[in-house]
Amino acid sequence: MELLVTIISASLISNVVLSRFLGICPFLGVSNSVSTAKGMGVAVIFVILISTAVTFGINNMFLEASGIFGLDLTYLQTIVFILVIAGLVQFLEMFLKKCIPSLYKSLGIYLPLITTNCAVLGVALTVSQDSTFSKFVTAMAYAFGTSAGFCIAIILLASIREKIENNDIPESFKGKPIVLVVACLMAIAFTGFSNLNIG
Amino acid sequence: MEDNKDKKSRKKTTIETKEKKPSFWSCILNGIINENPTLVLMIGMCPTLAVTTSVSNAIGMGLSTTVVLISSNAIISLIRNITPDRVRIPIYIVIVASFVTLVEFVIKAYFPVLNEALGIYIPLIVVNCIILGRAEAFAGKNNVILSIGDGIGMGLGFTFGIMIISAIREFIGSGAILGHSIVKEDFRAALFVLPPGAFLVLSFLTAIQNKLKLPSASNKKEGCNGDCLNCDIHKNDKVIKEEE
Repeated sequence: MELLVTIISASLISNVVLSRFLGICPFLGVSNSVSTAKGMGVAVIFVILISTAVTFGINNMFLEASGIFGLDLTYLQTIVFILVIAGLVQFLEMFLKKCIPSLYKSLGIYLPLITTNCAVLGVALTVSQDSTFSKFVTAMAYAFGTSAGFCIAIILLASIREKIENNDIPESFKGKPIVLVVACLMAIAFTGFSNLNIG
Repeated sequence: MEDNKDKKSRKKTTIETKEKKPSFWSCILNGIINENPTLVLMIGMCPTLAVTTSVSNAIGMGLSTTVVLISSNAIISLIRNITPDRVRIPIYIVIVASFVTLVEFVIKAYFPVLNEALGIYIPLIVVNCIILGRAEAFAGKNNVILSIGDGIGMGLGFTFGIMIISAIREFIGSGAILGHSIVKEDFRAALFVLPPGAFLVLSFLTAIQNKLKLPSASNKKEGCNGDCLNCDIHKNDKVIKEEE
């Protein structure tokens, strides 16, 4: 039950894109069509889950005072995490290319872009700094909720963008401004979840 | 002998006229006006939208990004001749991350209020596209003085851009400028300090830019445009990969 609450609050109530503004670049850039949005969303879920598991382990084993070095190295979090994520994404790309070519074909082009997605580093840092996620299971539930929230938001935006493509939009709102207006309306809709009473 | 000297001097002059290196001041102005990262190039959107709820937050964020940008630009340009081309991106990331950690320490020690307000967005300066973008596009190719100038310009341009957005949001949303409340409570639209307001203000700013035909990422094909798939940086990566 507690895990379910974590997932729902991370994905809907404080949505990663629409209320915490992490991962705006792919949200606005790769949402031209539903199929690419789906690919990006699934790739983000994949990478966030794996990177959170790895950074959680590294943080607990090496960086915290209770780790094997016995020193409080948490100030190194930023440097270590960004390197681990960048390396992990590269490794994942090579692994998928070699072992699961079908998955690589559908996710491959999105993987290099994810390194610069601040949602990945954001989740890793939140999990290691917030004491509510000190257990591995809750941390993973939070990671899943956040990435699922990203997936939901980007697919919704892509479907709306496909619908309004041929609409009669004022000249100066064509292109980026109308996408931002759509994102604004979606954010208003998502603030409705903040009154959701769960748990 | 004289002929040789003549040739040499001629060579020098031709090189100078060919490259026409920009001056320190033109680099600074370029970042603030022509290629303003927030209003023209539209890169680094995450902090732009997230921390613009009040002007003081925006100034804090802008200045810390500026400090990181200047110092990382300087170091990257210092080591540009000994950086192997293949591993340059990880090297840039490590340099940027180190400076971000330093800035985080300073903010935690001297500005605890700002630290509370910005929270996780301070370490996330690492993944701000402006910093890696300038490292790749400018500091890796130009000398130290120019790179510092570019860092100052881009940093101040970013600060200036997010200050405009945050001033609009703070004034409409909480009826205040720099924390001094001006407007009565009945006339405030709290929506503007909530997340949707950020999208709304940015969309109207870009729409006004389109209307006035000012240069911006959405009416000019140059710049980042938020379109990561067709980004030049990744194009280069793809080319390198294909070559491999």
